[in-house]
Amino acid sequence: MKAFSYERIDDAAQAAARAFEVSGSKFIAGGTNLLDLMKHEIEMPAHLIDINGTGLDDIVATDDGGLRIGALVSNTALGADERIKRDYPVLSRALFAGASSQLRNKASTGGNLLQRTRCPYFYDTAMPCNKREPGAGCAALDEGADTRQLGVIGTSDHCIATHPSDMAVALRVLDAEVETVNPEGQTRRLTLDEFYQLPGDTPNVENALEPGEIITGVVLPAPVGGRQQYYKVRDRASYAFALVSVALIETDDGKGRVALGGVAPKPWRRDEADAELGNGAKAVMEKLLDGARPTDENAYKLTLAERTLAALLAKE
Amino acid sequence: MDFNQSADENLFDHARIIGKPHTRVDGALKVTGTAPYAYERHDVADNPLVGYPLGSSIAKGRITRMDATAARNADGVAAVITALDIDELPRAKSNVAKLFGGDMVEHYHQAIAVVVADTLEQARAATSLIEVEYEEIPGEFDLDDAWKRLQDRDVVSHVGDVDAAFDSAEVTLDETYHTASQSHAMMEPHATIADWTDGKNMTLWTSNQMIKWTRKALATTFELDPANIRLESPYIGGGFGGKLWLRADAVLAALGSRETGRPVKVALPRSFIFNNATHRSGTVQRLRIAAGKDGRITAFDHSAISHTLPGGSGEDAVNQTRCFYAGENRRVAHHAIDMNLPESADMRAPGEASGLAVLEIAMDEMAEKLGMDPVEFRILNDTQVNPEEPSKRYSDRHFVECLRKGAEVFNWSERNTTPGGKREGQWLIGQGMAGAYRGAPTMDSGARVRLSEGRLIVETDMTDIGTGSYTIIAQTAAETMGLEMDDVEVRLGNSAFPAASGSGGQMGAASSTAGVYAACVALQGEIAKCLGVESARFESGQVVTDDKRVALRDVAPNEELVGEDTLHFGDFKDELEIGTFAAHFVEVAVHAYTGETRLRRTLSVVDAGRILNPVTARSQVIGGMTMATGAALTESLNIDSRRGYFTNHDLAGYEIAVHADIPEQEVIFLDTQDGASTPLKAKGVGELGICGGAAAVANAMYNATGIRLRDYPMTLDRMLDRLPDA
Repeated sequence: MKAFSYERIDDAAQAAARAFEVSGSKFIAGGTNLLDLMKHEIEMPAHLIDINGTGLDDIVATDDGGLRIGALVSNTALGADERIKRDYPVLSRALFAGASSQLRNKASTGGNLLQRTRCPYFYDTAMPCNKREPGAGCAALDEGADTRQLGVIGTSDHCIATHPSDMAVALRVLDAEVETVNPEGQTRRLTLDEFYQLPGDTPNVENALEPGEIITGVVLPAPVGGRQQYYKVRDRASYAFALVSVALIETDDGKGRVALGGVAPKPWRRDEADAELGNGAKAVMEKLLDGARPTDENAYKLTLAERTLAALLAKE
Repeated sequence: MDFNQSADENLFDHARIIGKPHTRVDGALKVTGTAPYAYERHDVADNPLVGYPLGSSIAKGRITRMDATAARNADGVAAVITALDIDELPRAKSNVAKLFGGDMVEHYHQAIAVVVADTLEQARAATSLIEVEYEEIPGEFDLDDAWKRLQDRDVVSHVGDVDAAFDSAEVTLDETYHTASQSHAMMEPHATIADWTDGKNMTLWTSNQMIKWTRKALATTFELDPANIRLESPYIGGGFGGKLWLRADAVLAALGSRETGRPVKVALPRSFIFNNATHRSGTVQRLRIAAGKDGRITAFDHSAISHTLPGGSGEDAVNQTRCFYAGENRRVAHHAIDMNLPESADMRAPGEASGLAVLEIAMDEMAEKLGMDPVEFRILNDTQVNPEEPSKRYSDRHFVECLRKGAEVFNWSERNTTPGGKREGQWLIGQGMAGAYRGAPTMDSGARVRLSEGRLIVETDMTDIGTGSYTIIAQTAAETMGLEMDDVEVRLGNSAFPAASGSGGQMGAASSTAGVYAACVALQGEIAKCLGVESARFESGQVVTDDKRVALRDVAPNEELVGEDTLHFGDFKDELEIGTFAAHFVEVAVHAYTGETRLRRTLSVVDAGRILNPVTARSQVIGGMTMATGAALTESLNIDSRRGYFTNHDLAGYEIAVHADIPEQEVIFLDTQDGASTPLKAKGVGELGICGGAAAVANAMYNATGIRLRDYPMTLDRMLDRLPDA
């Protein structure tokens, strides 16, 4: 771990301004991912701005019938919130499918969105990784690489890592928006699709946040109802990242939405795939995973995604 | 004391304390976090410096340049020692991989430098400032390639005429299987505080299963007289065979201490557990079985390959096939192939865990071919003699009773016998079973017991790696001396104490308690001498002779009486097969869509001689079964076959079973005693649980799905395309 300086700032806009001013700054909330990455010297911030005092830790109703979730609301608190459990059950289920209770107690909503990939080559600083060190190359794309966990779609010739969040997959299917404030104090909202960037030739850039810009919350639109499910498939029953996860909302009008985790650098959803939900899992996946570029080791994810969706759609 | 013939009826057959459930005497220390583990011995080395290792970033090659200038100048750094600063350290017999020194790299994360600093953070930060250049040499990393290249059969043993037996057999099986490389993944990493400040006398507070061996290895490595080396390892946070040997933590801490003149502590970083320390080699195995239509096995032919660094022995997966089941013709061959992966060495039930994982699937397949119940097939092929050497009888083998009892308790006869034929909602339900065998070796063990004021202190260099040694040793001493558990204090894991077996090869419980018994008998002799009598009984805290009763505390007031002895196990054992046996029964659910496998219940019926303490023994069996579940379903060190290292080198990537994976586990101990084993008629049980357990899971998966998997771990991607249509 590299030495770093540390300060607490209790106002989000001021924190943003300060982060813009001090180069090498990072925000810290729960620290469940950042501290690990710092110990491995994957993240080496020169300066940490502790935002735990910013008060962004409540869940409030919005004027249009939705909820605004503060960036510091813990994964535990969010998943257990009665309104979330009743009106957005897919989100509650996704949260409780993630990590362990100790981690969920510390992990924040904003931090969860920003967690880094679990690609084994990203985690080993002796290995080339374009995400860690732009231009270094990608060990995962070399012959003989261990790619069973890695991405099958949305990837590039520079990076095939996945985004590890469960929460973000549910937020994507719920059409949630990320709310931010920048160093000038201006706020904006981004859909999850806009928020997450595909790797292309800059896999080090993972989201649309500008320098200093800080996540203040996540806004859920009014409840859409329907039957909501989250199925996380993993090798062991708990405390493992998804091989594939499926967030599904089936509404009474026979329509619905589906998003995937574990397959792409961002929560994966396509409107044209949603439109096929009435035609079964195969039809959905033909649209949703069109253009997939799996490796020999992770091609099973295509089958698995389809079969997992089929399990959720089956009435047994 | 010499143990030269099987034990007759003795005090342990009428025991008050041995064989009775007793919670761990060190339990309170463990759950309150006050058991002193090596890295936290603030009591012995106040404010030590902290060492942090740098690992090689290549698998094979030569270091051409190292520059540690920046690291040496970094904040808080007291010393940096690089591999180029010293010659390669002499290697002890028990070490295969080089531990430190010299320019040659033979595996990824070989330790090539240590930074010693005031704090862990300073030491860790400075390691990344060391510049290293290598000349890389292409390495061998692919076991399947090596398997395909195998030409000559390196036959370990051949009895009868296997080829003829197969030619004439009515039913045969011939399949190839894979087991994965596995990590011990113990909770506490290898850790040591070393005090070698004067460069002469070395004291290590460490986490090590084998005090005597490791002291010897240190003497070789640092060219010291063993008398100048002291080792303490009273508490060990898991070992599983990974801490049998001297490893880099102790070596680097010692070098750091000599260099800085201060105590230095080093814990291996978690990633080093996977690529710097040892692991269980993966295997490729071909197994052929021949039988008559009546189900009697006529031949076994088992060959296997595993990887090792030059000089090592790999994972011998064929050994148990020589003796577990009947059959006149048998041939086994094991090939340990030199490869440039980290050192493969012993891990819980080395050989048997991988061998039985395969043999017991093959037995299931063979039973199916024969149209027989797999339990009945095993019963039919039981043997009471070593089938390679029929003059050698099993001293005490109740495998058939394990099978029958297990089948009865598990309700085996009610199971669905059509693979894939039982479904509950989206889950396919299956049941499977497997047999388990593990040898029951013993090793000469010594102890010293000291009686003072009616209280007894037991001292032996035996270790407790979470197994319950403290407890069963206290039980043995209390039983023998007629004391209560509270009267006995047990001190372990110290090279100043008499040498015992240590913890390995499931030898520890049987051997060390026998040594403690011998020491207690020696003490009884001292007491008798004090009282001027030939013999005495010891009961209720008293010495009882024909004409008097004396409280133990009054035998020699204000004096300490000491008994010390070593139990020597005699050659008569070589004429016998002494083993432990079990039958595992497992029920699984496999998701019909996704292929996820979840255990629903397990039962293990165990024949392992006298069970010294059913509480700690049960923990060993269910722990072994838990590890077998990991081996069956998730545990695999994934190899990057170009760069030559294990990629999933943390506990997020290397998936051991967690609580949610483990359902109700039932253990039944058969009431058996094996007088040929020790005076206590006990045998080890620490490794038996993992033996065969993975195959029981695999066979249950087959029963659930009708899909026969032969490659571990049996992850869902291996069967997805063969599951029922979604």
